[in-house]
Amino acid sequence: MTFYDQISEVNWTQLGDSIYSKTTADVKGALEKEQFDLEDFKALISPAAEPFLELIAKKSHLKTQKRFGKTIQLYIPLYLSNECQNICTYCGFSMDVKIPRKTLLDHEIIEEAKIIKEMGYDHVLLVTGEANKSVGLDYFKNAIRLLKPYFSNIALEVQPMEQRDYEELIAEGLNTVLVYQETYNKTNYKIHHPKGKKSNYKYRVETQDRLGQAKIHKMGLGVLIGLEDWRIDSVCNAMHLQYLEKWYWESKFTVSFPRLRPCAGGVQLKSPISDRQLVQLICAYRLLNEELELSMSTRESALFRDNIIKLGITSISADSKTDPGGYANPKQNLEQFEIDDSRSTEEFIAVIKRKGYDPVFKDWDMSLQ
Amino acid sequence: MRHLRIANVEFSSRLFTGTGKFSANDVMEKALLTSGSELVTVALKRVDLQTDSDDILRHLNHAQFNLLPNTSGVRTAKEAIFAAELAREALETNWLKLEIHPDPKYLMPDPIETLKAATELVKKGFVVLPYVHADPVLCKRLEDIGTAAVMPLGSPIGSNKGLRTKDFLEIIIDQSNVPVIVDAGIGAPSHAAMAMEMGADAVLVNTAIAVADDPVNMALAFKMAVKAGRIAFESKLGKTLSEAEASSPLTAFLD
Repeated sequence: MTFYDQISEVNWTQLGDSIYSKTTADVKGALEKEQFDLEDFKALISPAAEPFLELIAKKSHLKTQKRFGKTIQLYIPLYLSNECQNICTYCGFSMDVKIPRKTLLDHEIIEEAKIIKEMGYDHVLLVTGEANKSVGLDYFKNAIRLLKPYFSNIALEVQPMEQRDYEELIAEGLNTVLVYQETYNKTNYKIHHPKGKKSNYKYRVETQDRLGQAKIHKMGLGVLIGLEDWRIDSVCNAMHLQYLEKWYWESKFTVSFPRLRPCAGGVQLKSPISDRQLVQLICAYRLLNEELELSMSTRESALFRDNIIKLGITSISADSKTDPGGYANPKQNLEQFEIDDSRSTEEFIAVIKRKGYDPVFKDWDMSLQ
Repeated sequence: MRHLRIANVEFSSRLFTGTGKFSANDVMEKALLTSGSELVTVALKRVDLQTDSDDILRHLNHAQFNLLPNTSGVRTAKEAIFAAELAREALETNWLKLEIHPDPKYLMPDPIETLKAATELVKKGFVVLPYVHADPVLCKRLEDIGTAAVMPLGSPIGSNKGLRTKDFLEIIIDQSNVPVIVDAGIGAPSHAAMAMEMGADAVLVNTAIAVADDPVNMALAFKMAVKAGRIAFESKLGKTLSEAEASSPLTAFLD
């Protein structure tokens, strides 16, 4: 059995009804509890919970501090390639977008590594599009070997791979893999991903099962917020998380909140989420799961990021470039998406400290795996 | 208050502390100095062993503190042994808090891997303090293979729930020939005092101090509670009785 079997039984419309029919009484009932279940999560992200946002945020703040303390983990993305053979209607790397394509060579990878190491980062997230022939297992293996001397923690956000591929990469020193489902709506998934390996919904939704079987230390999941109804997608994502925690209890989990942003691809937002609703969603995840890592990128505004530190997010990037080679040579290739918060690492650290939090750069060691 | 001896070191404070979750390293330093703690844990994953100017270690550089490296993050005995050797070399101490939790959610210690790793590490000359469930048999097994103490949990780590394992801790304390350090779950000074009154040799506290609004004063509160609990234990607490003992109707005929 994989999660595909479970998600296949979900009726999208009925699931939506079960969220949108939540009442004030459901929300109040949920907020009185210590342990939250999926029905509470639905109530907390429903429109009925919107007037209770301050209270939800307060609970989220306390629960987050209890588990994670007054600390926030910092990481930085390192874009290795923007080559891609997928067509995704919303993505700046999509095959049909006419932008220069670039895959970093060994010396370019090292050049980028040295720069971001100098900026203070010790946890790095490697990102690519999906070009299986030129940027596949061997490329990733080589990249990890090159980067291992520089970083304590290496994460990967690339195309889904086979279990045995993950096992090989873990042996090289890979710690974390992030694969976002984008949307759990099977019918519309096909519309958003008309071409390329990514169009295979089943293969993608089973990725975390393969990662769990490969005994990855940490895996990430998430949806592209705004592509489909964000509430229904988030409940599916929470179901996925609960399934994974039961089956792969030796792995850690992280959830991210990418909001659809303007990019070279361009797509209509079906279900936009407001800032207030995004806070509501992040806090609802925290109440559902106290131990979960919640992560945020520089897609969000400085104002939003400064204030979300206290509300449930535990891992955050800063000072990021989303084009390959962008740290050494800014503005050479087109970015995957627009950065909103472009403040320097130093500026952002000062904000974290002012909020009474310790910016943590190192929270792993290669010797531990 | 009697001093506590573990391996070859004597401690006048029975409050051991963790170094994670603080808002800043200088806050941690002040709180731990105030706590009077003489044994502080350091997570290998948090310190940078490549440099000699790690900020956490710099703030712990006081004669008062003995460092207790922990292996938090490892999932197997093999990984723990590797990490332990690295810690011994880099931090120049053979003391080790052995922590193996394959479960990253609740951070439950793995009894099987812990016993396996402890056996090896004792042979390699480490002073091993294993973090374990409040499992009396496991604690005896660890004592048998030569660990310097045992560190059973009071409740899940970071939960602040107090001594939920009280009944088992009592058995462990009763049976143990090595010091018993109650670790994890101690969320309030009263929990720490209770552990000490029960006869625990020491407690280890982290979250409750680090996450308090005023960590320095909370450290002071724990210091006082641990001392009070220990003195009460050494002074022999009066027994709690549910009924008065005025007469002895069942045995009066013997008088």
